[in-house]
Amino acid sequence: MQLIDCPWCGPREEVEFHYGGEAGVAYPADPAALSDEEWARFVFHRANPKGPLAERWSHSAGCRRWFTAVRDTATHRFRR
Amino acid sequence: MSRVDGYGTRIDRSRTLRFTFDGREYTGHAGDTLASALLANGVHRVSTSVDLGRPRGIVAAWSEDPSGLVQVEEPFPEPMLPATTIELTDGLVARGLPGRGRLAEVPDTARYDRKHTHCDVLVVGAGPAGLLAARTAARRGERVVLVDDRPAAGGSLLGTERICGRAALEFVADTLVELHANPDVVHLQRTTAFGHYDDGFVLALERRTDHLGADAPRNVSRQRVHRIRAARVVVATGAHERPIVVEDNDRPGIMLAGAARDLLHRHGVLAGREIVVFTSDDAAYDAAADLAKAGARVTLLDARDGVPAAGARRCAEQGVTVRTGAVVTGTRGTEHVTHAVVGGEELPCDLLLLSGGWNPVAHLVSHIRGTLAYDPALGAFRPGEPADDTAGDGVTAVGAANGTLDLAGCLAEGAGERAQPVERTPTKVLWRTDGDPTRQFVDLQRDATVADIARAVGAGMRSVEHVKRYTTIGTAHDQGKTSGVIASGITAELLGVPIESLGTTTFRPPYTPVAFAALAGRERGRLFDPARTTVLHPWHEDAGAVFEDVGQWKRPRYYPRPRETGGIEDMDAAVLRECAAVRGGVGILDGSTLGKIDVQGPDAGAFLDMIYTNVMSGLKPGKVRYGVMCGLDGMVIDDGTVLRIDPERFCVYTTTGGAAPILDHMEEWLQTEWPHLRVHLTSVTEQWATFPVVGPRSRDVIGAFAPDVDVSVEAFPFMSWLDTHVDGIPVRLARISFSGELAWEVSVDGWHARAVWERLVALGGQYGITPYGTETMHVLRAEKGYPIIGQDTDGTVTPQDLGMAWAVSRKKPDFLGKRSFSRSSNLDPLRKQLVGLLPLDPDLKLPEGAQVVELTDALPPPPVPMLGHVTSSYRSAALGRTFALALVKGGHARIGERLTVPVGGALVPVEVTGSVLVDPEGTRRDG
Amino acid sequence: MAESLFRTGPLDGWAGRFAELPDSVTIMAEPFHAMVDVRLAPDGTGRPAPGLPGSVAAAVGTTPPEPGTWTDGEQAAAIWLGPDEWLVTSPFTPPAELEAAVRGPGGAAVDVSAQRTTIRLRGAHARDVLETGCAIDLHPRSFPAGAAAVTTLGQAGVVLLALDGAGTDYRILVRSSFAGYLAEWLIDAATEFRT
Ligand SMILES: [Zn+2]
Repeated sequence: MQLIDCPWCGPREEVEFHYGGEAGVAYPADPAALSDEEWARFVFHRANPKGPLAERWSHSAGCRRWFTAVRDTATHRFRR
Repeated sequence: MSRVDGYGTRIDRSRTLRFTFDGREYTGHAGDTLASALLANGVHRVSTSVDLGRPRGIVAAWSEDPSGLVQVEEPFPEPMLPATTIELTDGLVARGLPGRGRLAEVPDTARYDRKHTHCDVLVVGAGPAGLLAARTAARRGERVVLVDDRPAAGGSLLGTERICGRAALEFVADTLVELHANPDVVHLQRTTAFGHYDDGFVLALERRTDHLGADAPRNVSRQRVHRIRAARVVVATGAHERPIVVEDNDRPGIMLAGAARDLLHRHGVLAGREIVVFTSDDAAYDAAADLAKAGARVTLLDARDGVPAAGARRCAEQGVTVRTGAVVTGTRGTEHVTHAVVGGEELPCDLLLLSGGWNPVAHLVSHIRGTLAYDPALGAFRPGEPADDTAGDGVTAVGAANGTLDLAGCLAEGAGERAQPVERTPTKVLWRTDGDPTRQFVDLQRDATVADIARAVGAGMRSVEHVKRYTTIGTAHDQGKTSGVIASGITAELLGVPIESLGTTTFRPPYTPVAFAALAGRERGRLFDPARTTVLHPWHEDAGAVFEDVGQWKRPRYYPRPRETGGIEDMDAAVLRECAAVRGGVGILDGSTLGKIDVQGPDAGAFLDMIYTNVMSGLKPGKVRYGVMCGLDGMVIDDGTVLRIDPERFCVYTTTGGAAPILDHMEEWLQTEWPHLRVHLTSVTEQWATFPVVGPRSRDVIGAFAPDVDVSVEAFPFMSWLDTHVDGIPVRLARISFSGELAWEVSVDGWHARAVWERLVALGGQYGITPYGTETMHVLRAEKGYPIIGQDTDGTVTPQDLGMAWAVSRKKPDFLGKRSFSRSSNLDPLRKQLVGLLPLDPDLKLPEGAQVVELTDALPPPPVPMLGHVTSSYRSAALGRTFALALVKGGHARIGERLTVPVGGALVPVEVTGSVLVDPEGTRRDG
Repeated sequence: MAESLFRTGPLDGWAGRFAELPDSVTIMAEPFHAMVDVRLAPDGTGRPAPGLPGSVAAAVGTTPPEPGTWTDGEQAAAIWLGPDEWLVTSPFTPPAELEAAVRGPGGAAVDVSAQRTTIRLRGAHARDVLETGCAIDLHPRSFPAGAAAVTTLGQAGVVLLALDGAGTDYRILVRSSFAGYLAEWLIDAATEFRT
């Protein structure tokens, strides 16, 4: 049971959190201007690297705030 | 009897306990294990082996024993327990187990629970190193948890040692007194740390009551899983003695040297009178001398040419014959060992002790990817330098677990100091001696031999992990505690590579077997999964409701009534009656489980315009609108009504199941994409109880309930709402219908829910108001073609597929999912669309989930092209027949066609219709 | 007309079972208090401005609680729920009045008086009972009097408040629909301390 550091509540068990996938994937400024393929890329495709990845997490069982954290996908360690 | 006087620090000879083993009655003493009591009675043969049926006995003194498994019958049936770890209690009944156990066929009524504990330092193992580590940390003012898996602290200490000039057990007792006086120290014996996970998380199983026998309190959990969160973990788990593999090394009467010494000092059991000790290590000299002193004739054979001076002196004093450069190559005997074969000679013996060195117990280091490095001086793997900064954080191994085998070194490491090097004759690494590999047992529990390893290597296995799985060595209850390193060593020899290059298998939790009951803890029966209830739950129970699970909610499904002919209505009868009552008079539903979200702030309208497919910002205060929400992929994720409270406030209703996920979904967009919007979301699901009052007579009921409100169709039109007071209590009334009937939803704060419900039921009495459940609600909505998200949809269905293009705005520049609607796949005319199905046989109810295929008299050979499936199916009181909803490819264009639904062996013809089957003109809505 | 509309709480039927508990673990369902969820206006960065709105400070009559704490004023108490969110409770002020009193410009205030119900857990073994199902560190040094945490107890989401510094007095706010589950869970956890 890993601990995840909520910026507001401090370290809590991972089951209190909700995973939100890769962070920094901005909603397109004008979706209508995108081709089907560009839109599909935004909706479905994510980087999935081995190594550090900025991710969205929500402290869903606590303060309900979303935050961004960098986690190494190979070791599961969060960068402090 | 092999009990000897003057020994047995752990047993109380004044207390005699009776027990039964394999149908025979014996006695032992308090403080015995089942194994020590059996050996005290001269019983060496515990069972036969799993595959070969060879007699087997006790090999080790504790949980590392690979051999002596038993099935306990009394006090409670439990399979596969090592006799060495069962504390003897009066009335214990057990029998030997040839490998496979049997689960209890009666329910286990014992309690199991868990407890969370936090500390600065967790010390695992209360031997000399662990005690010193705990004492040192406690004196620093740290919060300490000390766990140890044996019945009493002291670890490997036998009572013969001296610490700081005092008897070792006195030192243990004094240290415990000091620790127990400290409120920040938790000390748990009979507690096995069985798993070590991320961030200092250790699971430990405490066996709390078994040793108390008949005195065990029923209200205390039998076993407890401690969930320990430690800033630092000190692994002081000692070392396991390693045997040397020789031909026929599995007979009863062959055990580890340390085990025999342990039995003597702890339990006063001298397991043999004519003993041969075969060793390649120093420690066996102490065992030999102690056993000789207790009255045995002992011959020690050392595979090495040099002997340890001190050990040899002790042996000489006790009359032990020591022979160097001597090797045991086999044994004789059938039910019990009778001889050790040494070269051409056969030495008579009733106990053969094997000692090939010591394996540090580094499992808890390995569990969290701490590295283990081979130490040639030990012939074993010990904790090494961490491979990277993420492995083995905050973990220290001390004492024998770190490969430090002398007492002074253990004490020093426990205290956080460096162990001073000690003089010892190096262990000769000897995995096996010459002999027939098919009778050289590596893993006794699995009947796996050197020949099996050779076969694995011959088959091309090069990794110890592969050899383990091929041979099953190390996969039994003991997880290879005594056999794992030997298997690596023999594999390396057979491959002709150094063992260092091969490594050892990875240790994984659990360290010892853990019962599922312990892992489940209190989460069974009523506490298995929370049952969410509305405030009206006791009322529903009193009304005889049959409940259904909707997520975690318990919702009344229907309210069966007694039949006139006796007995009680079944669901079909109750639902037909409830449906007829609603469409013909008035019904009332507890709809309080619907999710509700308060949306507040100047940008609330703009926010909801992005969340819903239709326009919410244009909704006037006092009005209600139905809306659909989609994911980015354009698929429907939820639906419901929205009430505009005032220009900056809405109340959003979600489905019952959608309450939490939809709030999360909305918060995610608000917090991560649109933080500039001045909007706040608050769950008010339990704040508001909501009761639909439905049917042509609902106006009468609401009029009587809220006499200050004009309930005429002109003053209170469909899809409008207002707040009023009833007896001074704020009540919200809304003209919303999920059935096509004239209907109001009455909402009130949860505290007044029961009183308002009872008032409505009382006022509706004269109109025959009928409480109805979810089943009737489903029928009524299906008759109107209203989909249930999650039942009629499955995450691949768009609003257009549901025939709800009208709910998708063409004016809004953007909303979640909009861009996806113009993707080519979303425009495919062959998408599955929601339609009605009428079986030609009006009495036949299609099963939900049934497949829909083209009209046919005979199915073509598989694969049969599938057109879709039945999503909802009911018997309709209003239609006087059965009907169904289905998702069908190109369904909207197929209305009027006939299709086939295979049901069991039959092919059921059905007609495709629009999804609205009752009152398609909407004439009933306003009463 | 029938009798007037009385309040009914989710744990009204439980008093008898609570009464059977030993003195070292007592459970009581607390009576109705007004509760209002208060939110601050965002400042556009996603990060809230620090501190409670003045209206809340006025309502509570004391300094606003810091993260992970709650404060008890003369008229009302305030519990920290999140960086821009507090729960203000009062036994005196009616919910609608309290909601109006604490709403700040651009923020939000929502009557949630029935959203949660409050259980008081007291006794020498109160902390032991919680530790059978709460993963946060409840040692009084980590969770002293005045501490508040939104977390999980058993399988229910709760707001947990420490009322003393000895681990013997807590207030547990739980979603009303989970109240029966949590009461059952607490009673079961107390089994060990029955004599
Ligand atoms: Zn948080």
